[in-house]
Amino acid sequence: MAKAIELVNVTKEFATPDGGTHTAIRDLSLTVESGEFCAVVGPTGCGKSTTLTLVSGLERPTTGEARTFGEPVRGINTSTGFVFQQDAVFPWKTVLDNVAAGPLFRGAGRADATGQARDWLRRVGLAGFENRYPHQLSGGMRKRVALAQTLINEPKILLMDEPFSALDVQTRAIMSTELLTLWDQTKPAVVFVTHDLEEAIALADKVVVITAGPGTVKAEFRVDLPRPRVVQEIRFDPAFVSLYEQIWEALRAEVAEAYARTTSLAGVSA
Amino acid sequence: MNEHTGTDVIAAAAEVPPSRFPAGSPRTRSRSRYRLVMALARIGLVVVFVVGWQVGVNTKVIDKFFWGSPSEVWQTLHDWIFVGTSQGSLGRQILVTMEEAVLGFVIGVTLGVVLGIALGRIRVLADLLSPFIKVANSIPRIVLGALFTVAFGFGMQSKVILAVVLVFFGVFFNAFQGTREVDRNLLSNAQLLGASPWRVTREVVLPSAFTWILASLHVSFGFALIGAIVGELLGANEGLGLLIRSSQNNFDMNGVIAGMVLIALIALVAEWLITLLERRLLRWRPPSAVDAARL
Repeated sequence: MAKAIELVNVTKEFATPDGGTHTAIRDLSLTVESGEFCAVVGPTGCGKSTTLTLVSGLERPTTGEARTFGEPVRGINTSTGFVFQQDAVFPWKTVLDNVAAGPLFRGAGRADATGQARDWLRRVGLAGFENRYPHQLSGGMRKRVALAQTLINEPKILLMDEPFSALDVQTRAIMSTELLTLWDQTKPAVVFVTHDLEEAIALADKVVVITAGPGTVKAEFRVDLPRPRVVQEIRFDPAFVSLYEQIWEALRAEVAEAYARTTSLAGVSA
Repeated sequence: MNEHTGTDVIAAAAEVPPSRFPAGSPRTRSRSRYRLVMALARIGLVVVFVVGWQVGVNTKVIDKFFWGSPSEVWQTLHDWIFVGTSQGSLGRQILVTMEEAVLGFVIGVTLGVVLGIALGRIRVLADLLSPFIKVANSIPRIVLGALFTVAFGFGMQSKVILAVVLVFFGVFFNAFQGTREVDRNLLSNAQLLGASPWRVTREVVLPSAFTWILASLHVSFGFALIGAIVGELLGANEGLGLLIRSSQNNFDMNGVIAGMVLIALIALVAEWLITLLERRLLRWRPPSAVDAARL
């Protein structure tokens, strides 16, 4: 069976405002199996998010190829679901209409779409909030709306770009555990981008470390912690701690490198 | 408020943000008193202005030949309402002007929104047409009134077209800018959720650009009214503009001012209606933002 996601030697360059090119990722290869939860960690600005835009088809690789289920990605890849870092729920739609948007966009009838939406709102714990507008919800609740909005399409691939980074620490741990529960229901292949190593290990089957930009894969680590996991408690597990030490060893140099680069740049411009 | 039920809402319930102040709380009461004081103060300002004007006329500080007097303006309005104007009933004049302004407004707004969004969405179209739009926009549009009056005659058509031209550009530029400023994440999200380009336009771009478009509507109705009145001043068979024009020709400044008062009243009513529309369409926004947006 074909892999859910394959990035084969992809390089992505962006034009910079001053006419040059910025290489976000270089020669990066990554595969994710169906139903696998893959976390991508790396220092700030290493092109982690770019890998997601290539899989979703929002951007095209400059060289190399992105494939999902054996098919090259051309244009918007609607077999993927995308949870954005910032709020991407539609502020002018009610919670119910936000969640129903996916099925409606894909041609479902009104009654069918709202029925599914109500079901998903119940699953993310937002029953009773159907008629609120997003601005009337807290950050954590808006994130649940975003999750329901994405998962209602039952994507085979779920891409998440630091989805919980704007939440406070407690809400974040709760949301992570709930994400695992939801993931377990439909088992999509997941690419979860984060800069938080603890979060990555707690959630994933596989942690991929990306080098300081231009990003490429530095190392991959298998996380064999038993499921179901409770994110708030798993960090005390001795196996977790030893994995953390191993992966941090790989990540540390990259973080230091990225940090040194930004500070020396700041020194030059100042 | 606390209607949420279900099994797994414990975490959600803990995060419910504080609701707006319930009616009758000290905060609402002090705010409604503030509003009352404001309304009284505004009436006070009007009274001071009108009385000052009248006193100025009575003491001959203000020459009423040039500036009219409040009592005579009132008399003129009274005559217009109960006797009729030199060109027929007052209602008829108001109706004609309103019809021109509203028609011009609706057509101008529609054209502005459609073209603004089309050019905002379709890059090639924007590149092709932008120099022409810039040139057209640089023409003082009132001058076009002279052209239209000759080309389309003294009837309603020339006024409506002038109003359309005046309304169009403001709305167009706002719709265009609003389309360009749509949050990229929202566009990506809609596309990935499966929306076709047309649905993205209808369900993401349009509502998002509406904040910008609605802001331009307040000014635009004023422009539509200017278009109608100026058109009538330049040459017409009926309407408020003609009424003002004939008063001017008779050196009847009270008539000119009475016409201005009527126009101001129409503009105020229109402004109020647009604010209602805005409230309705921007329900989804946090209340503070909506309140700040209206003057």
